[in-house]
Amino acid sequence: MENIFELIAFVLLSGLVLGSALLVVTLKDLVHSVLWLIVTFIGVAGIFLMLNADFVAAVQVLVYAGAVCIMIVFGIMLVQRQDIRNSNPLNGRYKIAFPVVGGLFVCIGLLMARSQWIVSTKAVPEKTVQALSPILLHDFTIPFEVAAVLLTVALTGALLLVKEVKANGDRS
Amino acid sequence: MGTGLNPSYFIGLSAALFLIGAFGVISKKNAIAVLISIELMLSAVNINLVAMNKFFTPDAFFGQVFAIFIITVAAAEVGLGLAIVIAIHRKRHSVNLDDFDLMKW
Repeated sequence: MENIFELIAFVLLSGLVLGSALLVVTLKDLVHSVLWLIVTFIGVAGIFLMLNADFVAAVQVLVYAGAVCIMIVFGIMLVQRQDIRNSNPLNGRYKIAFPVVGGLFVCIGLLMARSQWIVSTKAVPEKTVQALSPILLHDFTIPFEVAAVLLTVALTGALLLVKEVKANGDRS
Repeated sequence: MGTGLNPSYFIGLSAALFLIGAFGVISKKNAIAVLISIELMLSAVNINLVAMNKFFTPDAFFGQVFAIFIITVAAAEVGLGLAIVIAIHRKRHSVNLDDFDLMKW
């Protein structure tokens, strides 16, 4: 009986994720696209909860749905000068994109149908944060610090890029 | 296992989400729309990693650790991407990707 409920939850969540992702790609208004992007990310967080990854789900909601989407909305407001209602047009290359995307999907589907999964019988431990923290802070210490340096460098670089350039090209 | 779902469901979902993102990357005019589509593709990768973690190495947690690193890199990437778009918009007064031909000769 539990399997039926899990299947229903999966179908509902994946319908939410794929439908809102299609709306993100097809809507004409860029701000509406970003709002549907928030819905997509919250649906993905629900998928993570189904997969017993509650810490990753929380990070997904905080970072993606919270920070990244708001940052993109601010970027749109800074950049968009023309009519916002037609700010997200398709270019001529969608005729190439349809066959490429469809062919890739057929390839992945065929390979998926042919493959045999040897699924582990163990369950994911109940407390994921207690299991994640020693891996993140002990086994993966150097990548963790590199990620910290990467974030600092990227945000400093973003500030430097956005800063007004003087007439003689001198950024100081 | 405790679930009636097998990895194929999640791989199919993440493939569909990735390809929707790829369609957006190829066929959008606005540079910010391309950044949004890249975010869709990255979250499809995250679904794939977390599903593999659950089904194949449930007690090792490497998939979840990689998903966290990918979320970090994606946040840095979207910040830098928006900064580049704003800087180019200041020079060329456009966000249409077909106008960004400064390095073409």
